Amino acid sequence: MKGNEALAEAAIRAQCRCFFGYPITPQTELAAYMAKRMPKAGGVFLQAESEIAAVNMVLGAASTGKRAMTSSSSPGISLKSEGISYLAACDVPALIVNVQRGGPGLGGIQPSQADYWQATKALGHGDFHVLVFAPASVQEMVDMVSKAFDTAEKYRIPAVLLADGLLGQMMEPVTIPEPSESKCDNSNWAADGHKFKREHHIINSLYLQPDDLEKLVLERFRRYEIVMENETDAELYLTEDCDVLLCAYGASARVAKTAVNSARKLGIKAGLFRPKTLWPFPVKELNKAAETARVLLDVEMSMGQMIDDVKLAINCSKPVYFNGRTGGAVPVPADVLEEIKRLVATGGEL
Amino acid sequence: MAKMTVITERCKGCGLCTTACPKEIVALQNEKCNKKGYFYAVCTDEDKCISCAMCAMMCPDCAIVVEK
Amino acid sequence: MAVVFERPKSLLDVPTHYCPGCTHGIVHRLICEVIDEMNIEGDTIGVVPVGCSVMAYDYFGCDVIEAPHGRAPAVATGVKRANPEKFVFTYQGDGDLAAIGTCETVHSAARGENLVIIFINNTTYGMTGGQMAPTSLPGQITQTTPYGRDVKTAGYPIKMCEMLSTLEGVALAQRVSVDSVPHIREAKKAIRKAFENEKEQRGLSIIEVLSTCPTNWGLTPLESIKRLQDEMIPYYPLGVYKDISGEGAK
Repeated sequence: MKGNEALAEAAIRAQCRCFFGYPITPQTELAAYMAKRMPKAGGVFLQAESEIAAVNMVLGAASTGKRAMTSSSSPGISLKSEGISYLAACDVPALIVNVQRGGPGLGGIQPSQADYWQATKALGHGDFHVLVFAPASVQEMVDMVSKAFDTAEKYRIPAVLLADGLLGQMMEPVTIPEPSESKCDNSNWAADGHKFKREHHIINSLYLQPDDLEKLVLERFRRYEIVMENETDAELYLTEDCDVLLCAYGASARVAKTAVNSARKLGIKAGLFRPKTLWPFPVKELNKAAETARVLLDVEMSMGQMIDDVKLAINCSKPVYFNGRTGGAVPVPADVLEEIKRLVATGGEL
Repeated sequence: MAKMTVITERCKGCGLCTTACPKEIVALQNEKCNKKGYFYAVCTDEDKCISCAMCAMMCPDCAIVVEK
Repeated sequence: MAVVFERPKSLLDVPTHYCPGCTHGIVHRLICEVIDEMNIEGDTIGVVPVGCSVMAYDYFGCDVIEAPHGRAPAVATGVKRANPEKFVFTYQGDGDLAAIGTCETVHSAARGENLVIIFINNTTYGMTGGQMAPTSLPGQITQTTPYGRDVKTAGYPIKMCEMLSTLEGVALAQRVSVDSVPHIREAKKAIRKAFENEKEQRGLSIIEVLSTCPTNWGLTPLESIKRLQDEMIPYYPLGVYKDISGEGAK
């Protein structure tokens, strides 16, 4: 199945029954699939008048405790950031899919990872985080959907699935899970009509007293601590003895893995650290992967954004270099391999 | 017997009720104010009240209860 | 003695933050009277805006969602689509509905969402201190039109009911006022009809309520009522602009 369509089917099987979208390349198949499948699954598909409206429809549906999602691509995600900030501020869980393309501005429609900073640091105004999942295959796009919903509901934090045009458009064999049940009970906060059986519920993000707002943000950050402790995930590939550790996520990790395999054939001890969660960033996992490495090489489809988190995670204890392409161009394994060879030859002292 | 009662602590002294009374017996006074400092509305002649509730309908603060 | 008039039960028994003479309180009460009469408080979800009525969640007894500025119709669409059996209404001011949220307003109307929109038109941005609203009258002095709203540079007011009445998804578009008891009675009837439309799934109902803002108009509450009557009603004629039930459309 195509990545975008597999993700959509997985969302329906994860009991998401509300999808609000707006057309944008390269995520369009996702919405088109939802338009076809959702009515048959007894759910809601609605093409909104804008990305802003779509994310606010998600805010409405999710505020009543229902599983709701929207999907878009980079320029559209910028528009959605208003609503995502409100989702985070209201502690309303929901899923936002970003099938990234090149930027800034209108950019291009080819695959990119230029929204790492936006997804992990600045998806709207204010002091908050969202969960960010980074699939690297169509199968992971499927598997991460239910994981993202479950984690979002468990902690009442919105989740972002950060894919890219390559994964969205790619076709791979995939196993779609059987329909699952949401394990989470949202009845203690959802605004779905009190039926005179409880106090009225308010979904709100306005707190005019600084002390009140600070108290809420502090509570939210205590929750973030628990998430950082328990919800990180990463793939460590050939890292036990590695000399050069590649760091890459999503589609660029596929390129990096090919380069690692090629390097190993040449006798170079290369390994790969691939975060599956970008927030929380797998700090412990990276440090474990980097134990034997002399030098790190960060590979991205951007000018290098995750590299900041890599350096922070290892506290700049080792040199970290960058190799990537941007604007919709995809790094090729041969170029990455050349960079690995260069780093090995110089011992990272470039 | 008809009666309008102003919940004085809720009255903000805006005077909208005074425009609604057909008997012209609802008025603001300037002698007693509530805790928030508003000079609240009063009924100047209870005998004339017909419990039409027009004062209460005009009140933005639900500060008037009408009985009959 | 029997009580003939008191606060509706779905309007929580707390003082409001509104200024003296502000007519928000009247409209809140009318909505709650209708909710009580229809006995739907337990199945109603209100969506409130950004503006003076942002804190209406503390006053309505039903569940309430506070939407981002202008997005209430989109939020309400999400609520209603996910919960078609519930009653959903939005409560929005003129800046929220007719400026930043025009897109959401028009498209929720075009889709014929089964929603009630209560639109408070007081020709100003109240909460931020009285700036020009999309509905400010030509010549109106506001914080951002200190020489009066010059239509050559600031454009013309938007008459939302007239505009929305052209859309097929709209079941009811009616402009009412709360400047007098007869008009308040009329307003309540309109709100009731809007909720009945939602019950019967007839499409979107918008009730535009001409309201006052004494503080930002720089007038007393009574002078404000007079301005509403003398200046606003002539510019924004009261009446039914669309009613698919066929009762009383102009």
